[in-house]
Amino acid sequence: MREETERNARSKASIEQRVAATKEALIDAGRITQADLDQFASMAEDWRPENGAKVVARAWTDPDFRARLLEDATSACAEMGYAGPQGEYIVALENTPDRHNVIVCTQCSCTAWPVLGLPPDWYKSPAYRARVVREPRKVLREMGLWLSDEVAIRVWETSAETRYMVIPLRPEGARSLNEDALANLVSREALIGVALAAPPAIQSPDNVGITSHSF
Amino acid sequence: MDGIHDLGGTQGFGHIDVEADEPVFHHPWQRTSFALMMATQIILRSHNADEYRHAIERMDPAHYLLCDYYERVLTGTVSLLVEKGYLSREDVERRAGGVFELAGPVSDRPLADLTPQPEARFNLGDRVRVLNISPSGHIRAPKFCRGHEGTVIHRAPKFRFPDTSAHDGERRKEHTYHVEFKSKDLWSDRDAANDSVIVDLWDSYLEFAL
Repeated sequence: MREETERNARSKASIEQRVAATKEALIDAGRITQADLDQFASMAEDWRPENGAKVVARAWTDPDFRARLLEDATSACAEMGYAGPQGEYIVALENTPDRHNVIVCTQCSCTAWPVLGLPPDWYKSPAYRARVVREPRKVLREMGLWLSDEVAIRVWETSAETRYMVIPLRPEGARSLNEDALANLVSREALIGVALAAPPAIQSPDNVGITSHSF
Repeated sequence: MDGIHDLGGTQGFGHIDVEADEPVFHHPWQRTSFALMMATQIILRSHNADEYRHAIERMDPAHYLLCDYYERVLTGTVSLLVEKGYLSREDVERRAGGVFELAGPVSDRPLADLTPQPEARFNLGDRVRVLNISPSGHIRAPKFCRGHEGTVIHRAPKFRFPDTSAHDGERRKEHTYHVEFKSKDLWSDRDAANDSVIVDLWDSYLEFAL
């Protein structure tokens, strides 16, 4: 108790100081090396939502790949080179005209890193984690996505080891685009299910709201 | 643990702000925090992912809600390193030049008494109920679905059972199931008849609904 009282009287170390102290203590004790840290930090830079966007674009253009993706997304993503931590068991959720999928992790912030990247701040926010399971329609509207009441919303809670990705509907008017151009229509938000794939006609950042590309 | 982390369905939270062109990390310390979390679990192997999640759950609720995600990452990681003797709190506080907030202790009796289920008991279409349990240790069945009935729509492979993995070693593995709950069954204020929530639940958490 006295120890806690004394602790409370001292000032808190800043987060920068605490991170630096932890790193120094572990390296000084020979527990880990700077190279270990660099390795994981650079892995994180390779996990990009562009990866998931390419998976979606291939599913839109290649019916055999789409079938493999829906059957076994872990293997289908791995065949495109996207695998690794938090990608051990991926399930792809296909939106249809009458069913929309959206992903959350209410208890922490689990995400399919190799195809979605490390999650953005809004996905990790207590507000998103608390609200989207209970009032998804309202949350999506606030984020700029208006769905008809006829569309059923399925909210997928990432409570165990399955990591999800959403396959958004292919936008109307995108028939003539090639795979690379189609991938550019798919944002991280669309892969999580809080946005649609952007229609190709809408390219101005002034009028796309949340569906604008966040990467 | 019925802690602050189990946020699903909690009311009172406001607007969700989306940052355009958000970088992977906003600050260099976040990058280091993430790398420390990965290196301690994968290279040092001082603790596993379930112990790590539970350490974050044990943080002071006010600290948890107010701090950045990568501060929770660091706090959970260092709490375990101190608890397991890899670091001393005195040393990291001396190096940091001030107080280093850590998670609270593990409960004396963290586990619910759940029978191990090494074989899959449920099939697609089965109606199941989530056991109405509230252990004070790690559990991955969110509060909002406990005691509720849903339908099995997918069976996933076997994975480490998180409750025992966080407190009693990694031996136990069980299948998980994607269980679909009607939103209006989970919350009486929901009126969208077609909306649903799917929760990924380990075999031990479930029983057949009559």
